Amino acid sequence: MKTVIELQDIAKQVRRDIVRMTNKAKSGHPGGSLGCTEFMTALYFNIMNVEPSRFNMEGRGEDMFFMSNGHITPVLYSVMARRGYFPVDELNTFRFLGTRLQGHPSTAHNLPGIRMASGSLGQGLSVAIGAAIAKKMDGDNSLVFSLHGDGELEEGQIWEAVMFAGSKHVDNLIATVDYNGQQIDGTVDAVMSLGNLQAKWEAFGWQVVNIANGNDMQQVVDGLNAAKALTGKGKPIAVIMKTEMGYGVDFMQGTNKYHGTPPSDEELAKALPQLEETLGDY
Amino acid sequence: MINIPENIAMKDLRSGFGEGLVEAGRRNPNVVALSADVTGSVKMDGFAKTFPERFVQCGIAEANMTGIAAGMSLNGKIPFLGGFAEFVTGRIYDQIRQVVAYSNKNVKICGSHAGITLGEDGATHQTMEDIGLMKALPNMTVLVPCDANQTFNATLAAAEHNGPVYLRYGRPKMPNFTDINEPFIIGKAQILNDGSDVSIIATGHLVWEAIQAAIALEKEGISAEVINIHTIKPLDSEAIIASARKTGAVVTCEEHSLYNGLTDSVAHVLSTNCPTPMSFVAMEDRFGESGTPAQLMEHFGLKSGNIVNAVHKVLKMK
Repeated sequence: MKTVIELQDIAKQVRRDIVRMTNKAKSGHPGGSLGCTEFMTALYFNIMNVEPSRFNMEGRGEDMFFMSNGHITPVLYSVMARRGYFPVDELNTFRFLGTRLQGHPSTAHNLPGIRMASGSLGQGLSVAIGAAIAKKMDGDNSLVFSLHGDGELEEGQIWEAVMFAGSKHVDNLIATVDYNGQQIDGTVDAVMSLGNLQAKWEAFGWQVVNIANGNDMQQVVDGLNAAKALTGKGKPIAVIMKTEMGYGVDFMQGTNKYHGTPPSDEELAKALPQLEETLGDY
Repeated sequence: MINIPENIAMKDLRSGFGEGLVEAGRRNPNVVALSADVTGSVKMDGFAKTFPERFVQCGIAEANMTGIAAGMSLNGKIPFLGGFAEFVTGRIYDQIRQVVAYSNKNVKICGSHAGITLGEDGATHQTMEDIGLMKALPNMTVLVPCDANQTFNATLAAAEHNGPVYLRYGRPKMPNFTDINEPFIIGKAQILNDGSDVSIIATGHLVWEAIQAAIALEKEGISAEVINIHTIKPLDSEAIIASARKTGAVVTCEEHSLYNGLTDSVAHVLSTNCPTPMSFVAMEDRFGESGTPAQLMEHFGLKSGNIVNAVHKVLKMK
């Protein structure tokens, strides 16, 4: 398990990976990836019990993660590669023909660490619930984690799943919302206000943990540990995590411009000096 | 001539499914079942009573049910999700596409009340497009058994097959004429009657009508080969080509849209291998309506008499 300082170092490198991958691919989703870098780093290097070298679909006895907002593959692939699921050099192939690093997560290309296709929004919570109740059936005490965009919560299937998990007491499940307030067409408030998000989850029988600053590694680790401490108490756990889209690169921060737009070569040149190379570029 | 046992009992295909599911559950502890508030209607209640700890009531939320089934499949569970065919295919097409077919999960989608024979509830519930939707998905196997016994065996075969399956069957009681002891071999057509003048290629409830048509045609001196295609995908192209080469005329029969079911699969095989005159008995480009199953089969031209007419038509094209 890594210390917060070590996690912060990894996160710096992951951010470099994200801007370099999307720049090279001339496509991809850097904004949400940068915003979720602390979360993904903490999850894979500190919070979850996983053993990348022994990855298999079944995942018996280990924690599982499902990225429902599948478009933020840059952060997913970087963190997985840095964690040892596959060679870091493979990040060079992101989105190129023949790659295992498909634009959105896919099981069709046998990338270790991916258990389900995602990116058609709203479906990952249902999948996570299925994995969680199957673990319960088998007496497997490990946990299931999922990540969702805030805009993604506009999908109706999310609320089918929220109702199910609360009603059926799926208490080995921790669903995190990336509450960055941005989506493609504008702010989430402008597109479809979420209202009182905490009250919504609680009304469906969930426990809620808030992370006030999801780009503060200490807060992310503390929040996820708090969420873990709430498992096994008869209710699923939602983590509402405020982040800033594009965090870590000044001109990409706080805007939805880089939701699905990669940095140009000039922008990459401006971004890289802001992101320390801590683990070595691929 | 066709050997049909006397005193054929009537039985609904969904009951064959329900009994098959309980048997599959007995044979394999990994079999689990999910239902969306239609447990009794789609005959999953037997499984739910026998294996309550392996049954998941999902409420009226088919999309969520699909994701849950895919998630459960990860650690080796074999989820059977059941519902009315329209609502476990068309309603949740993208969910099936993403987390079942593309993710290639061992999930069995069981569509009961398929086709026009759903009856009185009308067109909102009568899917005539589901075979096409499901067969278009890579990785998906599509099974359409013809009677209750075959549905029982198809359910067992689906449980043993590793990969996504769509299993389609109907609601009303129909003649239960196949041998319960005959195993269901996925992808293998059944030649129910050898013939030389025309090949009648049928699926689902229309297989019985095809047999009746062959009996009527025999009286006219027309020798009809009857083939049951209980697996739409993978299609037994070899059997279809061999029969078409022998008879030189083909009639396809299905309780499904003309555009994307058995007919176009057979037409594709024949046009690219041995172009053969074809006619068809299928649903034209229209929606169904309320009525009894028997009235609707008659009204929409899906009876043995329609098959006889189609045979006469195709024989003129030879």
